Amino acid sequence: MSFARAKPLLLPLALLVTLEAWARLTHLQSDSLAPPSAVLVALAEALADLSIPTATRDTLFATFAGLAIGGAIGLCLGIAFGISRSFDRLMEVTVEAIRPIPSIALLPIALIALGFGYRMEIVIVAFACVWPMLILTRSAVRSIEPRMIEVSRALRLTPLQRITKIVIPAALPRIFIAFRLAAGIALIVAVTVEIAINPIGLGAGIMLAQQALRADLMLAYLLWIGVIGYGLNILLIAAQLRLFGRAAVTGATP
Amino acid sequence: MNVVASLYAERASRRQDPLIAFNGATLRLGGKTIVEKLDLEVRLGEFLCIVGASGCGKTTALRLAAGLYRPSEGAVTFEGEPMTEPRREVAIVFQDYGKALLPWRTAAGNVSLALEANRMPARERTARVEALLRKVGLPGHGAKYPGEMSGGMQQRVQIARCLAQEPKALLMDEPFGALDAMTRQGLQDEVLSLTQASKTTVVFVTHDLDEAIYLGDRVIGLLPHPGRIGIELDVDLPRPRDQLATREHPEFMRLRRHLFDFIKATEH
Repeated sequence: MSFARAKPLLLPLALLVTLEAWARLTHLQSDSLAPPSAVLVALAEALADLSIPTATRDTLFATFAGLAIGGAIGLCLGIAFGISRSFDRLMEVTVEAIRPIPSIALLPIALIALGFGYRMEIVIVAFACVWPMLILTRSAVRSIEPRMIEVSRALRLTPLQRITKIVIPAALPRIFIAFRLAAGIALIVAVTVEIAINPIGLGAGIMLAQQALRADLMLAYLLWIGVIGYGLNILLIAAQLRLFGRAAVTGATP
Repeated sequence: MNVVASLYAERASRRQDPLIAFNGATLRLGGKTIVEKLDLEVRLGEFLCIVGASGCGKTTALRLAAGLYRPSEGAVTFEGEPMTEPRREVAIVFQDYGKALLPWRTAAGNVSLALEANRMPARERTARVEALLRKVGLPGHGAKYPGEMSGGMQQRVQIARCLAQEPKALLMDEPFGALDAMTRQGLQDEVLSLTQASKTTVVFVTHDLDEAIYLGDRVIGLLPHPGRIGIELDVDLPRPRDQLATREHPEFMRLRRHLFDFIKATEH
């Protein structure tokens, strides 16, 4: 690896080394901090005994299920609102009244209605994912070149053809950015629900480690969640480049 | 029987009904009158050019003919029926090919869109698209994206997409306005030969007076604010037209002079 590529890694590495040295020199005894080496060991152990893989599966399942449901609802509403001004006006007050509710504030109601487990978590994640999809899809649909809509009228495309052949492809690059944003939010909300109350997944894992006063394990979970989030984003960016790379290269992205 | 009356009857039956007719068509948008009481008949098979200073409503007139606008008063008819929305028989070529073509579809995909709109089965489309691209001089370019093509080629794709509708009337809104002179002349001749061969009626909007006379059987000049007809000239030049001979024809010069004087007078 060349020096230029290694450069961004220098500062984090230096910090880790400093932290490790400091922890060893002071014989660190803490409920909230642990030397990096101990965190790595705890991570390796938790990976090996399958507690982290199981928790990861639970969290990602809720994340993706919520993302799929909420994203689909947001996408459909966003397209409908973007196409029809009158529908948008009709729903404006309703949407603006519901949207500011923090998704986590639904937790007590969702808990009573659905109990612990996946369903409750998925509903809350879905609620959080609707809004970025809705708002960004609506603006993406509205900013479609009016000439293209005219072309679809002149060619006499049916309303369904107009949506599938013109509106969605034209808005897709921006819709995908909304999806990336929603995916990030989905993971945050899923872990938050688990930390707050739901006894499954990575969030619950952190809480267990905390209650057992295992600072090293707690930090290992934190590190792992960071890795998951980072990996998710890398994956989506790669997908975006693959899907829209050509359009971006030719400068044809609407 | 009255000889005069029978003569009139015979003449009336021989006179062709117009393909597109504006009957006192007025369009107001946002409190502004864009075109006022437009009376105009587009005859079957003719090449009609509409010229005028910018803002005279020539594009608006074309959109009325395409069914993209509905007149506020009066009517626009196609084969006697009111034109309230776009029809398959009427195709429109926009000036800004860069916006009218779908950048995520190849040239073939863009042409195919018109066939998909008409619900042609997928297996028939491929051959049809290839034939249309050949017709506009783009054989073998089907796999290219609009972003990879020159302006002239993109405009050819748009023309092919319009021809895919098998239109009776082809409306063209300054189609060559953004192209360089050489490309423009080539496309003028191709549009002439394409439409003459299929006997398609053309309404061609341009601000280039030479282009209007070169292409048209008839040239209409519009007056601005609000748009209305100011001049109508029949172009009696031999066909097929030729870029050199036609433009040097004394009649071409005379019409050109006439039209220039008209446009100049409207600019005050």
